[in-house]
Parts: sequence; C-alpha cells; structure tokens
Amino acid sequence: MKKLKPGKYTKDNIITYGMIILVYIIVQILTGTGHISSLMQGLLVPLCVYVILAVSLNLTVGILGELSLGHAGFMCVGAFAGAFFSKCTQDVITADLPRFVLAILLGAVSAGIIGFLIGMPVLRLRGDYLAIVTLAFGEIIKNIINVLYIGKDSRGLHFSLKDSLSLGLEEDGVVIINGAQGITGTPKNSTFTIGIILIVITLIIVLNLIRSRDGRAIMSIRDNLIAAESIGINITKYKLMAFSISAALAGIAGVLYSHNLNSLMATPKNFGYNMSIMILVFVVLGGIGNIRGSIIAAVVLTLLPELLRGLSDYRMLIYSVILIVMMLFNWSPKLIYLREKYSPKRLFKKNREVR
Amino acid sequence: MVIDMSFISYLINGISLGSVYAIIALGYTMVYGIAKMLNFAHGDVIMVGGFAVFFAVSMQGLPTIVGILLAVVLCTLLGITIEYIAYRPLRQAASSLAVLITAIGVSYFLQNIALIIFGANTKAFTSVVTIPALRLAEGQIIISGETIVTIVSCIVIMTGLTLFINKTKAGQAMLAVSEDKGAAQLMGINVNRTISLTFAIGSALAAIAGMLLCSAYPSLTPYTGSMPGIKAFVAAVFGGIGSIPGALLGGIVLGVIEILGKAYISSQMADAIVFMVLIVVLLVKPTGILGKKIQEKV
Amino acid sequence: MALLEVKNLSISFGGLQAVDDFEISIKKGQLYGLIGPNGAGKTTVFNLLTGVYKPDEGMITLDGENITGLKTIEINKAGVARTFQNIRLFKNLSVMDNVKAGLHNHYKYSAATGILRLPKYFSVEKAMNEKAMELLKVFELEGEADYLAANLPYGKQRKLEIARALATEPKLLLLDEPAAGMNPNETMELMNTIRFVRDNFDMTILLIEHDMKLVSGICEELTVLNFGRILSKGPTSEVLNDPQVITAYLGE
Repeated sequence: MKKLKPGKYTKDNIITYGMIILVYIIVQILTGTGHISSLMQGLLVPLCVYVILAVSLNLTVGILGELSLGHAGFMCVGAFAGAFFSKCTQDVITADLPRFVLAILLGAVSAGIIGFLIGMPVLRLRGDYLAIVTLAFGEIIKNIINVLYIGKDSRGLHFSLKDSLSLGLEEDGVVIINGAQGITGTPKNSTFTIGIILIVITLIIVLNLIRSRDGRAIMSIRDNLIAAESIGINITKYKLMAFSISAALAGIAGVLYSHNLNSLMATPKNFGYNMSIMILVFVVLGGIGNIRGSIIAAVVLTLLPELLRGLSDYRMLIYSVILIVMMLFNWSPKLIYLREKYSPKRLFKKNREVR
Repeated sequence: MVIDMSFISYLINGISLGSVYAIIALGYTMVYGIAKMLNFAHGDVIMVGGFAVFFAVSMQGLPTIVGILLAVVLCTLLGITIEYIAYRPLRQAASSLAVLITAIGVSYFLQNIALIIFGANTKAFTSVVTIPALRLAEGQIIISGETIVTIVSCIVIMTGLTLFINKTKAGQAMLAVSEDKGAAQLMGINVNRTISLTFAIGSALAAIAGMLLCSAYPSLTPYTGSMPGIKAFVAAVFGGIGSIPGALLGGIVLGVIEILGKAYISSQMADAIVFMVLIVVLLVKPTGILGKKIQEKV
Repeated sequence: MALLEVKNLSISFGGLQAVDDFEISIKKGQLYGLIGPNGAGKTTVFNLLTGVYKPDEGMITLDGENITGLKTIEINKAGVARTFQNIRLFKNLSVMDNVKAGLHNHYKYSAATGILRLPKYFSVEKAMNEKAMELLKVFELEGEADYLAANLPYGKQRKLEIARALATEPKLLLLDEPAAGMNPNETMELMNTIRFVRDNFDMTILLIEHDMKLVSGICEELTVLNFGRILSKGPTSEVLNDPQVITAYLGE
C-alpha cells in the first residue's frame, strides 16, 4: 500500500524550485565563460515560454482533469495584448522594465478574462466535447486576430475587421495590429532572467494553489464530480477558477514570447492547434498532474531535436510516437498489470520473502 | 421575385461540400456510437486516402480505378490497424482522456509520416471525376462533375449504410454493441470484431471522402485532412453523435453555412463561423439535433 | 416537530413511475431505515432528497425549511449529507484531504490567501487538520491519514465516506448501503460506529440497507418500498413481521 509521507509535498516543491534555480545559475556561469552557443542562447527564452505553458496546461489537464486543446489561443491573446500595450506606450513609458511588467500583467489579465468568458459556457461540457470546443475557440481566437486591424493616431485608437485603410487614420497615425501581418517592432524585452522569474511565479501560483482549500476543491471535482457536489463544493466556481488561472498563465507565456520577436503573427504554427498539441505532449510525457514532470518534459523535448539537428525533420514524428507510447504504457490496464507484476521493486520483495 | 443565380450556385457548392462532410462524419459518428471515443485521427485517414490516389495515379500513372481501389483498401487496413494497436488496449482504461490523447497522437503520426514521405509542398491533385459539368438556366448555373459525383456518392453511401445496419446480421451486431457492450457479448456477439468492422467501414468511407474532397479542391498536403476532419466532427455533433441521419443533416447544414459564410461574410472567418455554430449547438442542445441524452448513474 | 418531513414525493423516468407518493417523517436524533427489494426506488429517494433529481411532485422540508427542488450543493449547505452505494471517494487525494474537502464550507480563506500563503492560510489549515483528525479518529482512520484514499481497503473506504459526509456538519445523514460488501465482523463494527455517530454528533440518520441484521439491530423505524410505493412503515419489529413485507422479500 502506498503511503504519502507527511511533508512530502513541501520536499517535492523545494526540489522543483531548487532545480529551476540551479539551472539558472549554471546557465549564467556558462554564459559568463562563453560556453553557450548562440543557438542555445536563442533557445533560452522559448524554453521559459514552453515551461510556463506546460505548467499552466497541467493545471487544467492534470489538476482540474479536463482536456483543453485551445491553450495556444490563450497564449495568443496574451502575446497580442502585451505586444500591443508595449507598442502603444513605448513613447510614454520609456523605462523598459516597468513597461514590460505592465505588459505582462495586461497579457495575463486579458488571457484570464478570455479564459473566464470561454469557460463560463463550455465547462459544463465534459471530456471529448470540451476538448473539441476548446480547440474550436483556439482557432476562432487565431482567426479573429488575423482579421483584426488596430491603429493609433492623434484622435485615439481605431479598430477594424476589414483592412488597414478602413481604420481611417490621420496623417500621423500608425497601424499597430495589421491583420495577418500582426505586430512588428515590439521591443525585445524578454530575457532569460525575466523568463526564470516568470517560471518561478507560475510555479508559486500553481503549487500553492494545489495545496490549498481551493486546490482541494478543484481536485475533488476531478476525482469525483458527483461526490464533490454532494459535499457542497461549487463546481462551476472552481472549474472556472482553475481554467482562468491556467489561461492567465498561458497569457504570461504569450507576453514573454511576443517580446522575444521582431514581428508577431498569428500563424497556425505558433498559435494554432498544433501548438496546443505540443504543449499537451509536454504535459503527458511529464506525467499528467505532475508539475515538475511538465517542466522537465518541456525542456527535454525542446532541446533534444535542436541538439540533434539531423533529427529535426522527425521531431514531430517522434513527439507523436512518444504520445502514443506514453499513453499506452501509463493507461492500458493490461500493461499496468504486467508492469506491476514484473516491477523490479516487487521482484526484489519476492526474493526477500523466499529467503 | 428575382432569384439570385449566384446564391443558388453557392447553395449547390455548399451541399456538395456538406456531402463530403457527411461522409466523413459517418466515420466519426459510427465509431463514437460503438467505441464511445472521438477518433481524432479520422481526418488524417482522409489525407492518406488522398495521397494513395495521388501516388497511384499521378506518380505511377496507374488507371484511376486502381488508385481508388488502392486508397479504399489501404485506408480500411489502416483503420483496423490503428484501432488494434492504439485504441483497443485503452478501451478499459480508467480515464476516457487516455484514448483521446492517444488518438491525437495517431493523428500527428499520420501527418508526419506523410510529411516525411511526400514533403510539405502542396501537390496538385488530378480529379478522379471525368463526367462533364452540367449547365442550367442558360449557363448561369454550372454544376461541376465533381459536385454531381459527390452528391450522388453521398446518397448512395447513406442508403447503403442504412440498409446494411438494418438488414444484415453484422449491422444488427453494431447496433447491439453500441447499446450495451456487456450485454452484446453475453448474446454471443464478438465485440472486438464488431468494433474492427466499424473502423474498417468508417475508414473506407474516409478514403472515398478524401478522393472527393481532393477532386473538388485539387490540392493535397499532409494537413489536408485535419481541418475537414474537425469540421466533420462538428457536423456529427451538430446532427447528434451516434446518429446516421444526424451525420447527413449536420454535414449538409455545415457545408452550406461554410460556403455561404465565405461568400457573404468573410472568407477568412469561414472556419470561425463553423466553430461558432458548434459552440452554439453544444450550449443549446449538447446532444445535437437528432441525438440521445446520456446521464451518469448516481 | 420532525427534522425531515417529506410529502407526496413522486418522480417518473420516461413513463416509468420510479417513486410514487413517497412520504416520510423523521424525528431529530432518530435512526431510520429505508428498505425494499432491488429496484424498489430507494436510491432514487436519496437522489431526490439530495437534489440529484428534481421531483415531479411533492415537498421536502428539513428542519422547517423547504428544500424541494434546490440544487445538490444548496441542499448540502442546508444540512443534508450522504454516502453512495458505489463508493465515491476522491481517490487521488489523501484520506486526510478527503475529509478536509468535506470541511470546505466551514473553514474558509480566499484563493489569494492560499496562493500567497498569508498567515490566515496557516491558522485555518491548522484548524482544519485538527478537526479532520478528530473525525478520522472516530472511524479509526487516523493511522491512514496520509494514505491515498484509493489505497484503503474496502471497509475503510466506506468509513471514510461517512467521515467526509460528517465533515460537512449535516443535520441529516443519508447512508446508502453502508454495509454492502462487508463481512459480519465489519458489519458489527459499523453498527457500533453508526450508533456512536448518532449519539455523539447528535445526528439524525436515514439509511438504506439490505443487511437485515444491521437493520433490525440499529434502526428504530422502517419504511419499506416496493415498486416505488410505500409497502409498509412503522417501528422496526412490527414492519419486519408484516406479512406483506415478508412476501415482497421472499417472493410468492
């Protein structure tokens, strides 16, 4: 019988935070001594983005127990909201850091609000239906951003869903979001240090939430909805809470992502359903509900194909095989049985008993 | 009253596209009805069908009919194999998410295999249809050969499938398994074989749908099947998952909405409109128009 | 006045009258049994009382408050807690956390307090731990507090479910076949626990049970359901000797 040791969670969390800080220190030392290739340098911020995405999706999939296939959509909202804010206020707030912090907050809040608005009607649905609807919403968000035009001139902001001409900008006006061309010239504020800080903040939010009254309520819904209702837990409230926090954190990842690029466009590749699936692969490989696992999986699966350049064509193929094999291995009743029967621990125990 | 001829053309195109969706939706709806799972990879079987025809006819120069047969046989075998390797071991799994995530993995696998074999660039697909277009109303309405073949195929498939399910022993077994797997097994029905058969039929239909889709919209990439697949699932949900007439109804309505949306609202927003329809349907009537209600027993 | 007063309760599913004109009146502190053959509609009555189903007709009053047609969570807040025939624990939570989930509406702090680990978090969690431990001790589960609920043996899972229900501080406790799957020893032990809960928590208990030893051992009054209708009711010994009841149980 498996026993959870008291204080296990605290120890677990310390390992997780310690791991992040250790990696940060190592990378800083390697950078200082010039041991990091420019390829790796370029990967540092995206790595932070993926880690935050994986941890935040795990909140929905692992802790709330609902499959969301639209996580990239929330990232997209955050990316555009943050980049839009930075471009608009570049002349007003000249200091980089305060502006970036505000952009991050705005990105988180907008993605969180969108998550809340989407969650309200759809969280009633379960399983397959919820998955397909979140996928649909992710695609809708991407589609809308692709036809969205926002410009700024002396009279204020102008919106259009047609083209940049119909914004009716004055001479001095600039187009900030230019439909499918997206946003260009976002200040490159994202750094590895900020990325790590954001990862730590994400972890604090998710890990502390899990080990709290509200986290217990969320997990009780995951484990048994009918029983949770019977002990007076407000299902809608807690589903929405988990879903919107997860969306807001994806929004933070989006801001980090958009401030690492010169031009931001909503393409199927970065914000489409493929991206959502990739994040899901991180979560599944790391172990559904296992936050540290998500982090490791995100890092390993991002670095591996980059380090083994020759494999890059096969990257997605490898991901798909991992996904299938992991699911079969972890969930097939037959395999679970075989695994338990031949697990090294058990074999060891048997030997001892014989002796 | 003046009837806008372009509207009628759009409508016919919509019905044609909708017929393809309906054929794909049949695969979803049958599998969902019997195996109680969303076969996410179904859309990609369409793509495999398209590539099989492309390979046989355009690359090897074989006759069209050989290409069609090859596609149907290949997809049927593929469907059975996928079910056997990836889905069957998870049928008794504790979490229903497990098999869904696996299906997503299979979908990705098929896309990337095709990507490695055929490359990412778009292939020009040669239509398999050779009959000439039909001109109506003094040439104001042109109905292409593809449209005629698509709509006729859809009618034939629907009729055939309904007869198969109602008149044959295997079809009745399918109905029994979809009602209650345990009871069906006790009645001596081979549940595994029935589920395999369902995947086989669904995948064969996907191959046909792939051909029709690529003939009407003659471009082919590894991702060709993914969007139509998702939309066909929307159609199946719209009509009521598990229901064959529902798949037909959902497919046609969705095809018409998509084409009219493209024509009159915004071509970039057409997909978004289709998804909005899904969301509205699920919120108003989660079981779809012709679906049955399922409730968890307390 | 009775704690639970049910009048004229009816529900049908697609033409099948599952419960027809059900009534019951349970006094505060009573141990009441609801028995009947399989499919008689007993669990349906529980589902009606806890708001899982909305009744077609009828009125349910708890402690003078009309709770007819309320949602499950509102009914729980009004003071009705239950267990399930097929155990429904939070399997991936610890035994302790299962009980703490039951304390949810009585020990509160905001989500922000939890995330930011403000002082209130620690004080409330401490109080919750103490209260939960107290409940676990009643059911002799204190040694398993840190086990995953899924890993408990069957009998202890049933007990944990009762502990969790009690954590919501109900006025009325509904037990759906608490002795199902237990051996005679475990059943004896359970009977003592149920009596203990009634006496020490000042609880009113309505239970569904097939085990006649348990029913005759602890229930003071019984209602017998058959085909959704009340067949007999009254003090336990009278009901069990009612020829109609004997026929219904033993068949023709």
